[in-house]
Amino acid sequence: MSRRFPHPRERRLVFKNVDREGWTNDIQAYLNDGGYDDLRKALSMKPQDIVNEVKTSQLRGRGGAGFSCGVKWGFIRPDEKKPVYLICNADESEPGTFKDRYIIHQDPHQLIEGMVISCYAVNARLAYIYIRGEFPEGARILEKAIAEAHAHGFLGKNILGSGFDLEIYVHRGAGAYICGEETGLIESLEGKRPYPRIKPPYFPAVLGLYMSPTIVNNVETLCNAKHIVRMGGAEFAKIGRPNNTGTRVLCVSGDVQKPGYFEFEVGALTMGELLYDICGGPKPGRKIKAVIPGGSSAKVLRADESYKIKVKQPDGSMADKMLPFNDIVLDFDSLAAVGSMAGSGGVIVMDDSRDMVWALNNINEFYAHESCGQCTPCREGSLWMKKISDRLVAGLGVQGDDKNLLNVADNIAGRTICAFGEACSWPVQSFLQKFPDDFKAAAKNHLPEGARTALEALAPEVPHGREALAH
Amino acid sequence: MSETTSTPAAPTPVVAPPGLVNIQVDGKWVQVPKGTRVIEAVSKHGTYVPRYCYHPKLSAPGNCRMCLIEMGSPKMGPDRKPILDAAGYPEIAWMPRPQICCSTDVSEGMGYRSQSPLVDECRKGVMEFLLINHPLDCPICDQAGECRLQEFSVEFGRGESRFIEEKVKKPKKVELGPRITLDDERCIMCSRCIRFSKEIAHDDVLGFTQRGSHTVLTAYPGRKFDNNYSLNTVDICPVGALTSNDFRFKMRVWFLKETKSFCTSCGTGCNTTIGSRENVIYRQTPRENNDVNEVWMCDHGRLNFHYLQDAKRLTQPLLRLPDGRSEEVSMAEAVREAAAQLRHFKGEEIGLLASGRMTNEELFLAAKLKRILGIEHYDIVGRPQQPDDILVSDDGNPNTRGAQLFKLTGESPGRFAPVVASKVNDGVLKALICLGEDAASIGAKPEALQKLSSLIVLDLLPNASTAAATVVLPGAAFAEKRGSMINVKGRLQRLNQAIRLPGNAGDDWEILRDLIAALDGGNGIYTIEDLFQQMAAEHPQFAGLSLSKIGDLGVPLP
Repeated sequence: MSRRFPHPRERRLVFKNVDREGWTNDIQAYLNDGGYDDLRKALSMKPQDIVNEVKTSQLRGRGGAGFSCGVKWGFIRPDEKKPVYLICNADESEPGTFKDRYIIHQDPHQLIEGMVISCYAVNARLAYIYIRGEFPEGARILEKAIAEAHAHGFLGKNILGSGFDLEIYVHRGAGAYICGEETGLIESLEGKRPYPRIKPPYFPAVLGLYMSPTIVNNVETLCNAKHIVRMGGAEFAKIGRPNNTGTRVLCVSGDVQKPGYFEFEVGALTMGELLYDICGGPKPGRKIKAVIPGGSSAKVLRADESYKIKVKQPDGSMADKMLPFNDIVLDFDSLAAVGSMAGSGGVIVMDDSRDMVWALNNINEFYAHESCGQCTPCREGSLWMKKISDRLVAGLGVQGDDKNLLNVADNIAGRTICAFGEACSWPVQSFLQKFPDDFKAAAKNHLPEGARTALEALAPEVPHGREALAH
Repeated sequence: MSETTSTPAAPTPVVAPPGLVNIQVDGKWVQVPKGTRVIEAVSKHGTYVPRYCYHPKLSAPGNCRMCLIEMGSPKMGPDRKPILDAAGYPEIAWMPRPQICCSTDVSEGMGYRSQSPLVDECRKGVMEFLLINHPLDCPICDQAGECRLQEFSVEFGRGESRFIEEKVKKPKKVELGPRITLDDERCIMCSRCIRFSKEIAHDDVLGFTQRGSHTVLTAYPGRKFDNNYSLNTVDICPVGALTSNDFRFKMRVWFLKETKSFCTSCGTGCNTTIGSRENVIYRQTPRENNDVNEVWMCDHGRLNFHYLQDAKRLTQPLLRLPDGRSEEVSMAEAVREAAAQLRHFKGEEIGLLASGRMTNEELFLAAKLKRILGIEHYDIVGRPQQPDDILVSDDGNPNTRGAQLFKLTGESPGRFAPVVASKVNDGVLKALICLGEDAASIGAKPEALQKLSSLIVLDLLPNASTAAATVVLPGAAFAEKRGSMINVKGRLQRLNQAIRLPGNAGDDWEILRDLIAALDGGNGIYTIEDLFQQMAAEHPQFAGLSLSKIGDLGVPLP
């Protein structure tokens, strides 16, 4: 990708060094820029004080769920007897999301410094970077950076004379989306199939890696730890909005003139500003039709719709307000209020040339392929939804397909072991809710002459298909 | 407000006795022991919760999602204490999402609903998901009739399918091991077999490969699922995915008569159910007894019943004529002849080879016979064997303890059997009685057996002793008779008759009773209950017991 310069409205904190003039990913560039100074500061603090600073910062996880980082760290008892592990989740797999790879590729030492600080705070002496198998170059870069950090005494025994020891290992995944689910990741790291664990009782902070307390944080989240130590939690909390602090890297892909990655203060701009001011608006002659704001599992939003939200009145009471699509503020709470989520920060834009049935089928195909198969609703439902939308795309719809599709999704969401159930059913639920006419049209009887059933139409080679279905 | 108006007294919280907790199940409060799994408590106090992956003897992975119910925790007041109703029970704050109840234990003040529109919807949804890619080949499936998919389909299935897509194709007829055939299309991926192999059989050889709906169960590459407990997975497989090579396609399960019994292949005495139809045994499956075998049994014991239907089975009493030919006679005649032969010898000239496979009742009579005849050389055949740390005992005999009790063997079972054999070989013994054992197996030479003036053999199958016998008395196998045995842990257990005796074979205890009667006059024993009573009268260990009082699960002896 050609070098890009930050947009004037951006605030580059975590992405400060991404595409920076004259910047390389080796340690010298990082040290010349004051690298690892924040680690020195952190090591002079008490671990509990760092945890408190992170709590004060109100930092929320950047992986997708947006859980409070300080609360998560607070689950680790300072007097914990078992070993504590920290895992960096670099399994960036959510379609539409491509932020962590730039940190890893261009600024690996920021991540390592953030990790050493975080490990010191929660008293972890062993940490892993679980990186998706599709990032071989990223893994090589991290290995090199870890070796450099070792050579400079930022890793290993007695880091900078503090008495604190830490090793970081890079572990490559083998190409499974589910390994980004933190308990699936832990199973994979233990050498098993990445079947997510049931919660309760297997909350990672209590029974994580090797049944020991484990903190799992996203790449971007761990980088933020470094900035919180430098600025102090209170100062960090001033960036962004209350409960939506700090910056957020947004990855815009799809039908805009200038897609790419951008870092903003959380909530500093609206959907309209992002799409039109930053990304140059739709392609010539096109209109933006729909946006998925937080990775492919987030619920799709319609660009021509207004959203009813609750607004606090001066007297403290709540009142309904209609919010046009372009005025939606891009932060955790606002996107949740309009029925979607900030998720992983992957903003997928679709213009009026896109067939919504095709778009959903594309998403369905991904989730059917990635369902781990451990629990029934997701295993069977994700493939079923894909098969229905396959037919709709192929022009082989059957009356009732739209209702069945929605009902299958309803039978998955909230009934599975992990959040994949929601990840695969929310797109279906939202596409059907937002674009019912598109699906109703596709679900008219389109079967070819002579074929009584979809099975016969799609797979005429199946022997006795007709008879099998007659029963 | 007047002074006299008193505020209503705060309700007193209901405190459960130590070891118990208060829980609300389907609207009513009950007290259950701490540590009870929610699915068990709800099934007991509410309605039965359907399940596929959950098995009480295995870890709970929570993967089938069939046991989703509604759960709630005590509603907390501003003082962080539960808000109590008038009766002193906490009000319940119900969780918006359904929860699985197989993986958590009950805790104080929790509420559970096993019947609600949401629960019903969840079960119907899961049921449909399990069936869409299932082949629905019930008419030719061995599991039909005892299949959980069929069972719960009745309650939670849809009347007709709305699945019009092509089903996922998977391997059929996979030889998972020498005794197990897998149909991957029927598999619902509950992982019971995987967990059993790892947790109970200590052989972590099964696992899933592929993912999503294409997941397949398989054995580790290069390995076979061939451990001695593999067939238990057929029992716990909730569907027809794992089938027993020995049983598949042999008999529809609903035709099987079920007889409660126990396995006589070693000293453990695993409790079993014998499945038979019209005097043919088709299978033997373990029966729950938490004092003996939990719900498992080894493959060896399970399959060790085919000899009952062996074509060579002895079914006709025989006498050997002086010219070497055999004559078929009635059992009564055979017994008379045996008694007539035995009367000719002094006690020290007769040997007795009894068996640790005989029932207590038979052993009691054998001991009596020994006394009447004054037999000095006797023992059982010892069967020391390699135990495992699961169920297989170091004693291959099911009733060594019985043989010891009736003093037909000593502290080292079978120690004197070779002495009996050598006395046969040396010509010291003129007569020998073999009860269910082959003298050749303890070292008696076939030519020496031929030279005996009298060789009385009660057995099931031909061997060197029956070949040389002067009187052959065909007896009854474990599934053809009643009686009791004592396992290695001192537990008295009961055999029940599942099938009739073949041909003109006789029940061992009746043969022995008649032999004793022929030698020593009548003894007033007409039924096996009489026999047990007499045995109990002479042996205080059995005091107060009868065959019926032993019950299906046996009793520990003092």
